[in-house]
Amino acid sequence: MLILTCPCCGVTAEETEFANGGEAHLKRFGPGSSDSEYEAYMFARKNPRGVHFERWRHAFGCGKWFLAARCTTTLEVFGTYKAQTTEPPAEILAKIKARRPEWEGFQ
Amino acid sequence: MRRYSVFAIAREAMRQHTGWDRAWASPEPKPHYDVIIVGAGGHGLATAYYLGKNFGITNVAILEKGWLGGGNTGRNTTIIRSNYLQDPSAAIYEKARGLYETLSQDLNYNVMFSPRGVMMLAQTEHEIRGYRRTAYANALQGVDTKFITPAEVKKLVPIMNIDGPRYPVLGALWQPRGGTARHDAVAWGYARACSDMGMHVIQNCEVTGVESVSGQVSAVQTTKGTIGCGKLGIVVAGHSGHLAQMAGFRLPVESVALQAMVTEPIKPCMDVVVMANTVHGYLSQSDKGEMVIGGGTDHFNNYTQRGSWNHIEETVRSLVETFPMLSRLKMLRQWGGIVDMTGDRSPILSKTPLGNTFVNCGWGTGGFKSIPGSGWGMAELMAKGESPLTAEFSMYRFREGKFIDESVAAGVAH
Repeated sequence: MLILTCPCCGVTAEETEFANGGEAHLKRFGPGSSDSEYEAYMFARKNPRGVHFERWRHAFGCGKWFLAARCTTTLEVFGTYKAQTTEPPAEILAKIKARRPEWEGFQ
Repeated sequence: MRRYSVFAIAREAMRQHTGWDRAWASPEPKPHYDVIIVGAGGHGLATAYYLGKNFGITNVAILEKGWLGGGNTGRNTTIIRSNYLQDPSAAIYEKARGLYETLSQDLNYNVMFSPRGVMMLAQTEHEIRGYRRTAYANALQGVDTKFITPAEVKKLVPIMNIDGPRYPVLGALWQPRGGTARHDAVAWGYARACSDMGMHVIQNCEVTGVESVSGQVSAVQTTKGTIGCGKLGIVVAGHSGHLAQMAGFRLPVESVALQAMVTEPIKPCMDVVVMANTVHGYLSQSDKGEMVIGGGTDHFNNYTQRGSWNHIEETVRSLVETFPMLSRLKMLRQWGGIVDMTGDRSPILSKTPLGNTFVNCGWGTGGFKSIPGSGWGMAELMAKGESPLTAEFSMYRFREGKFIDESVAAGVAH
């Protein structure tokens, strides 16, 4: 059972209270982009085995979107942070580095 | 290879079973093979088998990081059906179902294929319309299905409650030639036949890298050293994205956990397979008497081969209304597998950006039923560079927008 803390309202709850929204920090491509850029934006996901950044919504709580850093092989949650960021904040990266020294960093 | 037969059993009974051979060899890897298949699950072994049987290519190694058939081949609910709406899907799944019918004879290994019939319950008005449409499509595709009434459903499955308050049974799409097979036996049977053709099934050999020379694959690095290859087939289900990264490209695949469970064994009470797609529950009875239950996938990326508790509860809760007797049964075991979901929920059997490298993945929640057809098509693709069975399942369809839109039509838990 995954336990997440919503950074918007501060509630810590089980995964049933949240809805997963897929990979975070995607760069949008729309009209005018190339076919391969648009395909990558729509379908190509990192799907990493290990550290993963993803979007969640506090669906049965405050209703707000937020982002989480999580390990897909152990389900360990490194931290959650606000959705209004284009890349993971330094404190989250530091927490991940502390737990996963071999991790190559956010790309 | 000594053939299995009733005479072999009689002979071995006379001498305390001292004469059985090992079903397949465990060789050390050679420095080079014509073809390397990564992944000794059902799909990988079937690909190797049909490469040998249909195209005479037997200098083949099948590399497996764990043990043979220990991934999703050993973790599914063993349902076999081909009642799909879209033509490309119906073609490959019906090919597979047809091959299952004679697979035990082909492999000289009893895969216990049991064409007991599969029904997909219609529990909403929309499902009635959808399944009627599928039945007409199947008639055109040559797949034997029909839409049956609630009374016929009740006659086939007496333990079902067809007038539940929330999800009444309004009819069903019935495929009489669908059924189940013994999942481990499918992997073991293919492995034995591959080994007999001189192929190397190498277990406990994890691929850690892919080497290439001027855009063509040349070798794979493994925990048992570097092994050269002429062609490479990546058939690793949930770990496809990881292997694709080694080969230098990305796949439109995300890995999530899918769970199944069995109850304690009881006397025979249901001799067909029932799929209730509205409530995400699949039910059949195994030969041992366990009720085999499958449910929906988790919704977040996951490589842990175990699923979330709430999905067990949701699956069982929804089935109890339709099968009230289940509420008295104890659950015996529960397990999870990592399924690879593509953008349109249809599989990928394709060439890749790396030369002489092929990928077979994205079967998502419906891999077991397609094993022989998938292997047949993939072998043809690898041997000849194209196959009518796999033509529509290219990984480049996402760029072109030529999706095979089955996720709704199949009605399975996506």
